[in-house]
Amino acid sequence: MDNNLLSISFAGLQLQNPTVLASGVLGYSAESLSRVVKAGAGAVVTKSVGVAPRVGYPNPTVVQAQSGLINAMGLPNPGIDVYAEEIRFSKTILHVPLIVSVFGYTSEEYASVAKKAVDAGADAVELNVSCPHVKQTGAEIGQNPKLLTEIIENVKARINKPLIVKLSPNVTDITILAKAAIEAGADALTVINTLRAIAIDTETLLPVLSNVRGGLSGEAIKPVALRCVFDIAEEYEFPIIGCGGVSNWRDAVEFFLAGACAVQIGTAIAEDVEVFRAVTKGVESYLRRKHYRNVKEIVGLAHRK
Amino acid sequence: MLTANNTLRTTQIVRIQTESPSVKTFMFTDRLCSKAKPGQFLMFWIPGIDEIPLSIMDANNDLVSVSVKSVGDATRHMHSLEVGATVGIRGPFGNSFTESRGRVLLIGGGTGTAPLLFLAKQLASKTQRLSFVEGAKTKSELLFVSELGGICQERNIITTTEDGTAGLQCLVTVPLVQLFDKEHFDMIYTCGPEVMVKKIFEMTEKHKLPLEASLERLMRCGIGLCGSCVIGKYRVCRDGPVFTAAQLREVREELGVFKIGFDGSRIPF
Repeated sequence: MDNNLLSISFAGLQLQNPTVLASGVLGYSAESLSRVVKAGAGAVVTKSVGVAPRVGYPNPTVVQAQSGLINAMGLPNPGIDVYAEEIRFSKTILHVPLIVSVFGYTSEEYASVAKKAVDAGADAVELNVSCPHVKQTGAEIGQNPKLLTEIIENVKARINKPLIVKLSPNVTDITILAKAAIEAGADALTVINTLRAIAIDTETLLPVLSNVRGGLSGEAIKPVALRCVFDIAEEYEFPIIGCGGVSNWRDAVEFFLAGACAVQIGTAIAEDVEVFRAVTKGVESYLRRKHYRNVKEIVGLAHRK
Repeated sequence: MLTANNTLRTTQIVRIQTESPSVKTFMFTDRLCSKAKPGQFLMFWIPGIDEIPLSIMDANNDLVSVSVKSVGDATRHMHSLEVGATVGIRGPFGNSFTESRGRVLLIGGGTGTAPLLFLAKQLASKTQRLSFVEGAKTKSELLFVSELGGICQERNIITTTEDGTAGLQCLVTVPLVQLFDKEHFDMIYTCGPEVMVKKIFEMTEKHKLPLEASLERLMRCGIGLCGSCVIGKYRVCRDGPVFTAAQLREVREELGVFKIGFDGSRIPF
């Protein structure tokens, strides 16, 4: 693969290619992350980690919808003190940027987890302020510009690595949250987290997920994610990582054209872990066919009038 | 990206069989799972309670069977289900045992015997000799003894119990020592507690015998996304649940040593 064609840097991170493992997928263990890197990912984001261990919700935690998946895992994680060891080990075997996803219930929690993640070797931190199915964290913060600002400022003051903020689509106007994040000092935005959703079974008359509500991912949300990226890119020249329903090179290119400089891939792994390589190769062919010299040349091109 | 297999279907329990004081077999109709191969598993939704991974014990003519030991909340609820109860099914998921000919040995520990019974039925007419070693805690927990008697010749079945109430009084791995010393097998299949699988793996490695082992881990999504069931670089739900000796060598440091808990931490066996 031609690295000059695909390499991209933003927010102080250098990626050999613009595909990134999305948080929540295969992100517990160093060995799983390593497999994703071998499958061609240019960077990886871990599952979200907080101050203390959480077992998450009982099953069912995943249910299939038309063209998508609804999940409510409930932020299962071993807590940063245990996970720091996994971060350290991951750094010894991964040769791509390791981005640690962080969640908390207070800005102090976000800051202390982020600090420990960076101390353990994280190349960047992604704030999960958009988990749609855990109360008092995630989306509740991500829907409130004031809270979001406070958290970002607190985290930024404690770490010297890039800070990425993952935005929730479950808001009236995502650009308001993007503005708050950018002004508070975020280095990049991941756009978007899952959409709040529900699945109901007609025979038992019950919501399927144990948590009742979950977050929708996959193909179904791609047009929404693309619109969110487009909305933000229209107003701000800022590094955006597109996320939502990317499963092939064309999806990725659409995100680049909308204004993203990289894409995260998650649900498509259900088909094949090798999706990263397939997307990267496809993007490379596209760039050659269109005579572009680097992926960054097409970022935001759909905004040309 | 998303498959018919992963779509949740509801169905009714049509028959329940008591196999032992702690194990019941549940039968239901499901078109997709009725085409499952030995080794594959399904996700079984007990509405309002839990969703758990279960090995498929039999699948034919639309009727699917799973055998379940009552070990925790979910399985206890499952044991209280009656014929006619509505349940949810996703699957079949995962790979399956490969088909072998020649001299074949199956080693089952506890409910690990269930998928091997399914396999034995398929192999019976194709192998030169089919041997079975089954271990349980006590006589009443030895599963499918009469079914196995109908598939394997009596002299090719060895049973062990920890309390000596039936068969040999020892762990299931003990008779293997002699067996491997004096006989060659073209394929060995096993399913059971991971510590047992590890021991068997060490023995087959020593004797340079081929092995396929079905592993069990905590599972959530069942489709290779969430990472709950990983062992080394492998996802038990997607890359397994059946692993070859070559794959087990790659995860040697984890096999039978620790699994990933629901909070993502490493839990020693």
